[in-house]
Amino acid sequence: MTSDTLALPASGIGTLRRHPLVAGYAPIVTIVLALIAIWYVAAVLMNLSLVRDAFEREETPYTLSELIAGTMSAERPLLPAPHQVIAAFVDSVFGYAPTAPRSLVYHSTVTLSATLLGFALGALFGIGLALMIVHSRVLEKSLLPWIICSQMVPILALAPIFIVVLGAMGLQGLLPKSIISAYLCFFPITIGMVKGFTAPDAMQLDLMRTWSATPRQVLAKLRWPSAVPYLFASLKVAITISLIGAIVAELPTGAEAGIGARLLAGSYYGQTIQIWAALLASAILASGLIGLVDLTERVVGLRMGARS
Amino acid sequence: MALQVPKSLKPDNPRVTLRPGGRGSFVAPIEAVRMNGPADVTAESVALTPRLAVDVRNVSLTFETADGKVDALSNVSLQIADGEFVSFIGPSGCGKTTMLRVIADLQQPTAGTLLVNGMSAEQARLERRYGYVFQAPALFPWRTIEKNLKLPLEIMGFSDSEQQQRSARYLALVNLTGFERKFPWQLSGGMQQRVSIARALSFDPELLLMDEPFGALDEIVRDHLNEQLLQLWDKTGKTVLFVTHSIPEAVFLSSRIVVMSPRPGRIIDIIDCNFPRDRTLEIRETPEFLKIAQRVRVGLRAGHSYDE
Repeated sequence: MTSDTLALPASGIGTLRRHPLVAGYAPIVTIVLALIAIWYVAAVLMNLSLVRDAFEREETPYTLSELIAGTMSAERPLLPAPHQVIAAFVDSVFGYAPTAPRSLVYHSTVTLSATLLGFALGALFGIGLALMIVHSRVLEKSLLPWIICSQMVPILALAPIFIVVLGAMGLQGLLPKSIISAYLCFFPITIGMVKGFTAPDAMQLDLMRTWSATPRQVLAKLRWPSAVPYLFASLKVAITISLIGAIVAELPTGAEAGIGARLLAGSYYGQTIQIWAALLASAILASGLIGLVDLTERVVGLRMGARS
Repeated sequence: MALQVPKSLKPDNPRVTLRPGGRGSFVAPIEAVRMNGPADVTAESVALTPRLAVDVRNVSLTFETADGKVDALSNVSLQIADGEFVSFIGPSGCGKTTMLRVIADLQQPTAGTLLVNGMSAEQARLERRYGYVFQAPALFPWRTIEKNLKLPLEIMGFSDSEQQQRSARYLALVNLTGFERKFPWQLSGGMQQRVSIARALSFDPELLLMDEPFGALDEIVRDHLNEQLLQLWDKTGKTVLFVTHSIPEAVFLSSRIVVMSPRPGRIIDIIDCNFPRDRTLEIRETPEFLKIAQRVRVGLRAGHSYDE
C-alpha cells in the first residue's frame, strides 16, 4: 500500500493536512468555528438572567447545566443560539410552500424583486448621470453638489415621504420600494463611472483624435471599455446597498411581505429568532447577488482579454 | 465650377477606391470640390516641383506655464516633399515632438502657416491623411491584435470584408500573421510597436508621423525594427516624419535629417542623407555614414544642446 489515500490512518493526518482542499479551507473553517463558539458563549451570558428569572418565578430548583441548556432553548431569547436560528431558518424556508406568508422564500422573493428592479434603475440612472458629468463641465458643477447632498439625507427620513408622495400618484407595491432602493444605489455607480469614463490616457485619446473619431465613437470604443473595471467595482457596492434600500423601504410602509416586513413583525412580537432567521436570509441573498456580479465580471473579463 | 465633377471622385482615383464608403473622407461633394480646387490648379506644375507633403512656414508655438512663457517652436520653416523620410533629432525640449503634434493638428501653432498635403492641418486630420505612431504602442488592452488593427477602420466606416482584408494584409506586412487572436499583453514590446505601426498604415494614409516609436525598446530589437521600417518605406512609398534621440538611427533611416535645438525650439541644421533605399545595417560602418553622423553631432553641439 504505497498510495497516500486519506483513508490510511497511519499517515492520514499528515497527508490530510497537505491536501490542497484542506490547506485552502482550513483557515476559513477555523475562523467560522471560533465565531460560532464565541456566539454560543455570548448567548449563554446574555440569556442567563432571563432563564434564571423564569426558573425562580416558577419556584423550581435548577442546576447549572439545566440553566445553560435553558439559555440555548429559550423561546424569546435576547440572543438566540446559532442552532436555534438555523432551525428557524430551515423551518421557514422548507417548512412551508414557497407562496405561503410564513415562508422565508416568499418574503425573500418579494424583497429580491424590489432589489433587482431598484438596482437596474439605479445603475441606469447612475451611468446616465456619470455620462452627463463627464461630457459637460457645467453639468459637473451644477449636479455634483446635489448628488452628494442627496446621499447625506437619512433614507429612513426620506422613505416615508417617498411612499406617501408616490402613493398619492397612484404608485404602490413594488415600484416605490424600487425607487428608494435606486435612490440609495445610484451614487457609487455615478462616482465609479465618472472615474471610469475619464480613465483613458492622453495617448489613447490623441489616437482617437488623429482618426477624427466622433465623440460618440470615443465613448463607445474607448471610454466605455475603459470604464468596465470601474463599473463592476461600483456595481458590487451598489447591489448590496440596493438590497438594504429595499429592506428599509419595507419598514415604514407597514408592508405585509418582504424581509423588512418580517423584521418588523419579529420586533413587534419579540420574536428574536424570527428576526435572526430573516437577517440570515438577507445575508445569503446579499452574498448571492455579489457572487452573481462577480461571475459576470469574470465572464466579461475573459472576453476583454483579462489575464487569468 | 461648381458643376464640375472633381477628379478625386472618379473611380480611377486611388484615394477614392481605397476608401469605399469611408465616412467623413468626403463629407459632402461640395466640400470635395472646394478641397480639391487648389490641388487641381497646381497639378500642372507637379512634373517640375514634387508636391509638398508638409509645408511649414514661420511657425511658432508658445506655451503659457506657471513659470512664464516657453517657446516650444520659434519661427520654424520646413518643406518636405512626397516620399521623403525625414528625421527630427535633438535633445529633450527642442520641440521635435511639438513639431509632429502641430503637423498632426494635436496642437495649434500660435503663429505661422502650415499645410499638410496642400490643406490645413485640421483639414488633413479630419480627412485622415496621416497615421500617427506614438512612443508607446497605445494598443487597447481589451481588444485582440486583429481588433486593434481594425479599430481605425471601424471608426472610418470601412466594410467588414475590407477590414478583414486590410488587417490580414498589414499584419503580414509587419510579420505578425498568426497573432490575430492574441491580446496585447501576450506580445513583446517590439511586437506591440509593430502592431501600432500596422495600425497607423491600415487606412493607407499618405503621411506617417512617428514620435520616437522605438525609444523604449532595446538596441537589438531597435536595429531589427529599423531595417523593417526601411523596407516598409521602400515598399509603400509613404512620406515618413520620424522623431528620434539617436544619431545612428536618424542617419540610417533618413533621406533628410533635421537637427533641432531647445530654448527656443528651432531648426539649426538640415542634412541631406542619400544612401540607397535598399541599404542594410552594415552601412553604419562606412566613412560616409560616420561623416554624416559627425555632422549631426556637431550640429547638436553648436546648438548648445548639451549645455544643461
